[in-house]
Amino acid sequence: MDKKTIIVTGSTRGIGKAIAAFFLDEGHNVVINGRKDLSDDLMDYFNAFDGTVHVINGDISDSAFAKKLIKDTRKHFGSVDVLVNNAGITRDNLAIRLSDEDFDATLDVNLKGTFYTSKEAAKVMLKQRSGHIINMSSVVGVAGNVGQANYAASKAGVIGLTKSLAKELAPRGVLVNAIAPGFIESDMTDQLTDEVKEKALTTIPLNRLGKVEEVAELAGFLSNQKYITGQVFHVDGGMVMNG
Amino acid sequence: MTTFEKIQEIIVDQLDKEESEVQRSTNFREELEADSLDLFQIINDIEDEFDIKIESEEGLTTVEDLVKYVEGQIES
Repeated sequence: MDKKTIIVTGSTRGIGKAIAAFFLDEGHNVVINGRKDLSDDLMDYFNAFDGTVHVINGDISDSAFAKKLIKDTRKHFGSVDVLVNNAGITRDNLAIRLSDEDFDATLDVNLKGTFYTSKEAAKVMLKQRSGHIINMSSVVGVAGNVGQANYAASKAGVIGLTKSLAKELAPRGVLVNAIAPGFIESDMTDQLTDEVKEKALTTIPLNRLGKVEEVAELAGFLSNQKYITGQVFHVDGGMVMNG
Repeated sequence: MTTFEKIQEIIVDQLDKEESEVQRSTNFREELEADSLDLFQIINDIEDEFDIKIESEEGLTTVEDLVKYVEGQIES
């Protein structure tokens, strides 16, 4: 199998970490990105895989950093084959209590950050005449959620961005898709009370939370296929079903 | 390297053409069969190379148009 270069934004924990681990386990070059320095334990964890790790920390909501992320990756590994836009934040509150700052901050990282990195990666991929961009949306971006107007808007925006990019980049063989995870076991869901978890389970036909590895496997599949673009894939145990 | 030579190099690289095919009078769409994605990629590379901003591709039909535009930007 060809060794690819994969950037995973927000890959120091949760779904991003699992996606990075998945590609490292397959022996690829993986750029790890977070906003803070990685702990020694985390570096040891990533370095234990067959693939090659390169860390580029910074905030993707800063367009200058997004440019640097792509440029440095290309300089270090020579190409950018897959970009996984995973970095995201939540600032939950009911819409009538949601501050302008919290709305903007969520859009800045989740939507604008995804645009900034995609734009720079697209320039490289167009030239290569190949590449995959995989954007992390959410079921919330499709179905909405109480207390998450900002997050839902940003993740719905990611879907529109995904489909537009898919159409623009298709003529050069660059494929763009989105993944919409539902309730996935992570640091975020660990903090939920048992009562909230029980309630969440009643909305999931498969009656369990998802695993980060199940999202990572889909990212792996998407990075290998050549005839799927502009699609949104739900990994949500059947929570939201589209016709 | 002159402005023309640099621009020629970018176009040759982007469109995978021979240098002889890319002359001052060469028309992007008709002679080089460049589509709008090609043109935007060429413009992107020129912006990076010359550290200028090309606001619109309007009026940029031939290589000479591009050379004149870039030289005008560099002078101002």
